[in-house]
Amino acid sequence: MDTLASYAPALPEIVLAAGAMLLLMLGVFREDTARTGRSIGWLSIGLMAIVALLVGWGGADRVELFDGAYVSDAFSRFSKILILAAAAASLLLSFGYFERAKIMKFEIPVIVLLSTIGMFMMVSANDLISLYLGLELMSLALYVLAAVRRDSLRSSESGLKYFVLGALSSGMLLYGASLIYGFTGTTSFTALAAALKDGAGAQNVGLIVGLVFLLVGLAFKISAVPFHMWTPDVYEGAPTPVTAFFAGAPKVAAVALLLRVLHDAFPGMLFQWQQIIVFLSVASMLLGSFAAIGQTSIKRLLAFSSIANVGFILIGLAAGTEYGVSSVLIYLAIYVVMTLGSFAVVLAMRRKDEMDETIQSLAGLSQTNLPMAVAFAALLFSMAGIPPLAGFFAKFYVFDAAIKAGLTPLVVVGALSSVVGAFYYLRVVKIMFFDEPADKFSPADAGVRWVLGLSAALVIFYVVYPAPLIDAANAAARALVP
Amino acid sequence: MIITTQPILSIITFLPLVGAIFIATLPKAAANNARWVALWTTIVTFFVSLLIWVNFDTSTPAFQFVEEYAWLGPIKYKMGVDGISMLFVILTTFLMPLCVLASWQSIEERVKEYMIAFLVLETLMIGVFCALDLVLFYLFFEGGLIPMFLIIGVWGGPRRVYASFKFFLYTLLGSLLMLIAILAIYGYAGTTDIPALLATTRLPPDMQFWLWLAFFASFAVKMPMWPVHTWLPDAHVEAPTAGSVILAAILLKMGGYGFLRFSVPMFPLATEQLAPLVFVMSVIAIIYTSLVAFVQEDMKKLIAYSSVAHMGFVTMGIFTVTTQGVDGAIFQMLSHGIVSAALFLCVGVVYDRMHTREIAAYGGLADRMPLYAACFMVFTMANVGLPGTSGFVGEFLTLLGAFKVNTWVAFFATFGVILSACYALYLYRAVVFGKLDKPALKMLPDLSAREIAVLAPLVILTILLGFYPAPILDVTAVSVKNLVAQYESAIAGASQAATLP
Repeated sequence: MDTLASYAPALPEIVLAAGAMLLLMLGVFREDTARTGRSIGWLSIGLMAIVALLVGWGGADRVELFDGAYVSDAFSRFSKILILAAAAASLLLSFGYFERAKIMKFEIPVIVLLSTIGMFMMVSANDLISLYLGLELMSLALYVLAAVRRDSLRSSESGLKYFVLGALSSGMLLYGASLIYGFTGTTSFTALAAALKDGAGAQNVGLIVGLVFLLVGLAFKISAVPFHMWTPDVYEGAPTPVTAFFAGAPKVAAVALLLRVLHDAFPGMLFQWQQIIVFLSVASMLLGSFAAIGQTSIKRLLAFSSIANVGFILIGLAAGTEYGVSSVLIYLAIYVVMTLGSFAVVLAMRRKDEMDETIQSLAGLSQTNLPMAVAFAALLFSMAGIPPLAGFFAKFYVFDAAIKAGLTPLVVVGALSSVVGAFYYLRVVKIMFFDEPADKFSPADAGVRWVLGLSAALVIFYVVYPAPLIDAANAAARALVP
Repeated sequence: MIITTQPILSIITFLPLVGAIFIATLPKAAANNARWVALWTTIVTFFVSLLIWVNFDTSTPAFQFVEEYAWLGPIKYKMGVDGISMLFVILTTFLMPLCVLASWQSIEERVKEYMIAFLVLETLMIGVFCALDLVLFYLFFEGGLIPMFLIIGVWGGPRRVYASFKFFLYTLLGSLLMLIAILAIYGYAGTTDIPALLATTRLPPDMQFWLWLAFFASFAVKMPMWPVHTWLPDAHVEAPTAGSVILAAILLKMGGYGFLRFSVPMFPLATEQLAPLVFVMSVIAIIYTSLVAFVQEDMKKLIAYSSVAHMGFVTMGIFTVTTQGVDGAIFQMLSHGIVSAALFLCVGVVYDRMHTREIAAYGGLADRMPLYAACFMVFTMANVGLPGTSGFVGEFLTLLGAFKVNTWVAFFATFGVILSACYALYLYRAVVFGKLDKPALKMLPDLSAREIAVLAPLVILTILLGFYPAPILDVTAVSVKNLVAQYESAIAGASQAATLP
């Protein structure tokens, strides 16, 4: 009985996995209709709510399980709540779309649940092997999701592209992990940190090569430049609710994983990985900002915007301090809200049953649908980092962390690229507010309206009561950086 | 620091926002209701703001009506005013009802959204002058970009998109550099509390240099100073009348206010070092933009360039860091706030009738519109800086300050006074005098009751402040004296430290 009780910290994962199996069985033995798909979808959201409660109730202490391969601490709990919120919101966004596309299958929510387990594993990984397991579980589920619209050429293409490049990146990551294991003799983060204390590994070329490969593999997953090529195509080709899912939860998991690996396993090699992160950050911010200018599809625009946002997230990571970690977590939370809200807008861009994903179709939205235009404008201004919207605070904290760590030039680059970024966000606002109106959109689904309204409200009113998010992020960061 | 219990500054700041939210709940067709709600909100805000003037203690340089609440951990929500900022709050609340009135008929489309944008803008502008925390200040300072961007872009003229983008991106670039500087100060001093920073923090000289430049980037764009002034004529020409009024009267003053609140007291050594740069830029602005103003064919553009020239006097006055110079600069900002607002409103009056701002399209208005001609004349004279109008006091004091510090600067700047007479009188002659021979002008009605209600307070203030500037100078005197004294002691302290072995 004692052994069983000791697994309690992993209860969220256990419940999630068992629940996913149960829902899969339930779906198999029910009639294969859209109604089944929808009810399984709602049950999945319910399951996620239960798991969120379990995560929230977990104790404040750091607990290691399974010979130290799994760890549950304030950091993993913060990330898990964020992942659950993002996944549930994108499920909520998906119902109407899949029903109209006649692919409202019960498998889709179940696959989302399975990938969520993978993400849970990633943020709780305390060993290179459990890291890889979690990453692959998540990725396999994502490849399937990208290609879920089987009769659409673009969806299949994006699934295949994602799979090939994802497999390549997994290979590099595994290669890096094996080099690290070869040169240190351990895969446990705790043991790695102890072995590499006080710059012990700084001169070891093999180890550094391993670290670089590990980072390359993870940079693929967070689509940092120069490993971003798949992002615009996959974002554009995948069904929009799936894209919304891709842009939210997996990013959180991958960034959290990156934070954990670098701070828990390689704190002694700060100087080595900091240079790599700084480079990735600068490249992502600049390319993301400049490449977004010429886009005509709103999904591609958001893809490049997410690349630029990753660049800003990496500023906080490059700081390499506890404050940096907490700034990254704040950024992630606000980024998820902004992204899901923006994709809700994309899903509302529908005339009759035709999705229209060109930016130009938003023309004059302020005159045909003012609430939606105001909500989207708030999200766009927020992504541009204009106060008093939430996006400003996200940028504020990563900039502050980097300046306190002495990385002022990086912050200057960040500031300049956010001016460039402001240009293309403003262009969308201009099309919505200044241009002559195009035809009205069809009324959006209830789920889409809820997600859009909620995210816009969060972005606008965050300024009134910012303390809870900051406190939670600080507590999580303290758990990660002792 | 005097701490009061009532959050009066917060009430003034957020009252317009409450009005905006109320308008948002009105049905779409209720354009007239939106106008009335906006008017009453701004009037009530103005009268509430008069309370701070009545209760203001002019004998202390400390911040008054201070409020402090927990907000972002170590960063507090802190509001307060002193002799430098208080009058800008009053100026803002005073001009807003006039702006609402001026937009009464000229804005016919999307009235509700227009009024909401204006009220939100008012909240943000008042917040800028009341904020006593760097981050809070930045929040208000930059937040103002959003409503102004929409006001220019939605209700502006034919080239509104270009103008709004230029306005937004120019200002954003400057502001972000300031944000980095704010973060650097936060990192060094561990606080963003403005009174604490002013009282205790002595930044190292080389750091002051870079921070000064970063703040300068933001305020110089906002001011705007030559050569980063080019967004202003575009924004002015394209903005609706009330938008131009706010832009010229309040938004530009944020730059000058920023210099007084941050650049001079927080970075005294850098100020001393870089003041010659500011003088050169100011003198170029005064002479060059005056000449540019002279050749404009568009009335609004002419006034926009004259604003840049007048702001040149302000920056020159501030960076003399003498009592006269700074007093004069503040007075000049307030006076320019009234006069340029009035001039743009005057342009708006004829634009509403004729739908053109081309100077050549007018002439001989004195015959048809005697009242208008009289009002316009008062403001033109104030713009020139004729003794007996508010424009004179500020220009004279800044020149006096400049003369004490650098004779050549004062010498060249004086040309600006002459040049301003050239272009302002040229504009007045071309529009108001001459023969009324253009057929379109022959049926023009004189000022309506609403327009009189807008212009009359401005006429009275222009003349009153010209003859009796004491109410303004009394308020600013102690704070300015304190500012100058602290600056001089900081400079003396540094040179003493340098002479010691």
